[in-house]
Amino acid sequence: MDLTIFLQLIISGLLIGFVFSLIAVGLSLIWGVMDILNFAHGEFLMLAMFTSFFLFAQLGIDPLYSLPIVVIVLYFIGAGTYRFVIKPLLGYTVLIALLATFGLSILIRNLVLFFVGPNYRVINESILAGKTFSIGGLYFSVPQSVAALLCILVTYGIYLLLTKSKFGRALRATSLDKDTAMLMGINTNRIFEITFGIGAACVGVAGGLLVNFYAVFPEVGLNFTVLAFVIVALGGFGNNGGAFLAGILVGLVTTMGGFFIGPEYKYTLVFLLYLVVITIRPKGLFGW
Amino acid sequence: MPILEVKNLSMHFGELAALEDINLAVEKGEILGLIGPNGAGKTTFFNCITGFLNATRGDIFYKEQNITRFGPHRVCKLGICRTFQIVQSFNEMTALENVMMGAFCRHHLTGDAREKAEEILKFTGLQDKKNQLAGGLTLADQKRIELARTIATEPDVVLLDEVMAGLNPTETEEAIGLIQKVHEKGLTIIVVEHVMEVIMKISHRIAVFDSGELIVDGPPEEVVQDERVIKAYLGEEYHAES
Amino acid sequence: MQSAKQFTSIFGGVLVLFLVAPLIIRDTQFQHLMIMLLLFTTLSQAWNLIGGFAGQVSLGHAMFFGIGAYAAMAPLNQWGLTPWIGMAIGGLVAMVAAVIVGYPVFRLKGHYFVISTFAVAEVVRELFSNWDWVDGPIGLDAPLVEQGWRNFMFYHTKLPYHYTLLIFFAVVMFVAFRMERSRMGYYFRAIKQRPEAAQAMGVNITLFKQYAFIISAFFTAICGSMYGLYVLHIEPSTVLSLDISIKIVLIAVLGGIGSLWGPLLGATILISLQEYSRIWLGGTGRGIDLIVLGALIVIICVYEPNGIVGLIKRFSRKKRKA
Ligand SMILES: Nc1ncnc2c1ncn2[C@@H]1O[C@H](COP(=O)(O)OP(=O)(O)OP(=O)(O)O)[C@@H](O)[C@H]1O
Ligand SMILES: [Mg+2]
Repeated sequence: MDLTIFLQLIISGLLIGFVFSLIAVGLSLIWGVMDILNFAHGEFLMLAMFTSFFLFAQLGIDPLYSLPIVVIVLYFIGAGTYRFVIKPLLGYTVLIALLATFGLSILIRNLVLFFVGPNYRVINESILAGKTFSIGGLYFSVPQSVAALLCILVTYGIYLLLTKSKFGRALRATSLDKDTAMLMGINTNRIFEITFGIGAACVGVAGGLLVNFYAVFPEVGLNFTVLAFVIVALGGFGNNGGAFLAGILVGLVTTMGGFFIGPEYKYTLVFLLYLVVITIRPKGLFGW
Repeated sequence: MPILEVKNLSMHFGELAALEDINLAVEKGEILGLIGPNGAGKTTFFNCITGFLNATRGDIFYKEQNITRFGPHRVCKLGICRTFQIVQSFNEMTALENVMMGAFCRHHLTGDAREKAEEILKFTGLQDKKNQLAGGLTLADQKRIELARTIATEPDVVLLDEVMAGLNPTETEEAIGLIQKVHEKGLTIIVVEHVMEVIMKISHRIAVFDSGELIVDGPPEEVVQDERVIKAYLGEEYHAES
Repeated sequence: MQSAKQFTSIFGGVLVLFLVAPLIIRDTQFQHLMIMLLLFTTLSQAWNLIGGFAGQVSLGHAMFFGIGAYAAMAPLNQWGLTPWIGMAIGGLVAMVAAVIVGYPVFRLKGHYFVISTFAVAEVVRELFSNWDWVDGPIGLDAPLVEQGWRNFMFYHTKLPYHYTLLIFFAVVMFVAFRMERSRMGYYFRAIKQRPEAAQAMGVNITLFKQYAFIISAFFTAICGSMYGLYVLHIEPSTVLSLDISIKIVLIAVLGGIGSLWGPLLGATILISLQEYSRIWLGGTGRGIDLIVLGALIVIICVYEPNGIVGLIKRFSRKKRKA
């Protein structure tokens, strides 16, 4: 097999992998702090992509410039979800919260379907879209490279936020032991809301960048939800660093598998990987 | 021959050695008190014995059988049952049903299990509350239910993790009486407790943990006078109180 | 828990109602509604065993449903094999699938089970869509074969479907009823409420979750077979779809998770609502019904997590106090 093709595949896998990572880190944050699996995560991504798309199609704002708007919108969608859907359920078993987010995902997906229809929408003429550059005979898609770069930066930013800031300390204390954190004067409610907001903002970044090279349609979130779950589980419960690495791995597996075995089996492969990993290493690839 | 014996037991969480090279044997019919400051490793010790944690190193023998890697349900079936430091009632079940959960361990038919549970409820003085949901009862009652359902599994060894924490003096007295009653049935008991008066009163022997190590093991009178114990633990609490 | 006497009388009443209803009301639209009602009550009760009683939420029951549907239809279509054997095969395959999905994750704490069910269902749909033998995404039609019980095909009456499903419904209700008051039922509830405490009481929680899942998968597959034979056409995007999984869960949630009568109550409301709303709103292809379903799930979870059964309990408690 041709080495160039192989390298090219690795590059594509890595580039999309970084985007997966950011999406998964957003999910992992919420999961780790609240032990809630947010089923609407993929729908948040879809909303981010549509926000960006319509800002471009209706107002002519390039996705690159509208990124901050998308992120802010998504932050509030996340925080709002927490306040109106999750918070009332905190006293019940996690099962209820899980079902609630599941219902929310159906609601969002079909509302969007109702208002904009099932069509695929693509952005062809933005600053980034459709451009490529090459290094040493290898081609790089510009929108994918920019997306990967920004996703790495944001993930790193979140890492700093968690480890270095006062908020990060409060968040970690809360995720370890909610009651004790509350006794120590931490407003856990506020922490949860912000965490949900940040988790959603992460997919805001990812979605705002994805529109440059990925078709937008109401069902786009579904596959990303599955992928994000699997990535988080691979990385290990609440382990954001693990989620980051697992995202890259899944990016490589989907790209390679899609090429060698067939694109229709991409998710089957990822899922098989998941099954094997949790059977051998239940705490995830990177947990102890 | 001891009924329960732990040899070179170590439990590490990453860097942290929650238990380090513990050797301890319990004789049949004994009440062993287990004390030590917060984070000494007492609960971890229980978790290892009952199979909730897989020890990093070492072996656990029960009636000469090596049970080191046994899962929690197998350990229970063999006759070792425990309570939890933080009460774990089946909140949506009645007191009776909670105790039935224990009784099901040896009695597979609902009727038999209910009969056994009724008997235990009487024994533990809970029969008035049998139809109330456990989640709505006081902490003292919930702890008592936990003890009751533990006995209902018909164990030979019971491990009690701070069953008196958070109780008022009267409730504590009652709990002590109950533990002694359980002991009279011929059960072997290991109790973890922070209140020294209680542990001194009921234990035949006391083992002291500190930072994951077993530092002293002996009769209560000796243990209270041991230098190391005073330094590690009693220094702050017992002396302050007396 | 309901007393055995209470249950028997309500159960008897419901059975009589379902026995005579299609004989009295000959309107096919209504008969169709009854069949869907029986089907989804049974499905949802099957889900309830694992999701409600044992508290292990499965969002991928469509995989068992689809396996059942294909197992009955494909051999009939290809070899003329009687669907009764197909149905049995489907039940078995679903049980094996339940072990494959459950075994790696039931040992683990946390959300691994939900993730697995959700993802495997997607994978199974993908696999069937790419499987030539069952005509991939196009799906299978019931062959034109002789009517009768051997082929389980009836072209002029819905009654055989109705009564077969009634038997399934009765069996599953009875199983659920017996289970609720047996050791297994207690164990399921204990696993749902306090898995650690259950373990300390000698419960092999991995094994019992697995039991619940296997039983649930079996009944779901059988319902899937019936569905395929009744509607005469199956394809991955219907019988293996997320929509099926959603509907099964929603009915249980709406009626009351983990309660014996929840599925029937939930199905009565949801299926009537859906069948009639489809007549009024349907055909737009824009999923108004799914908007309603999604909103319903969220609203119930937020305001009355115990569903209609919870509402009834709350109401009767108030009345007693007043
Ligand atoms: N699952 C776990 N993962 C990581 N660390 C743990 C775990 N369980 C216990 N530890 C740590 O092991 C040490 C011993 O804890 P343990 O609960 O056994 O103490 P203890 O003697 O029961 O204390 P207390 O009197 O407060 O109940 C503590 O530092 C605790 O933080
Ligand atoms: Mg402890």
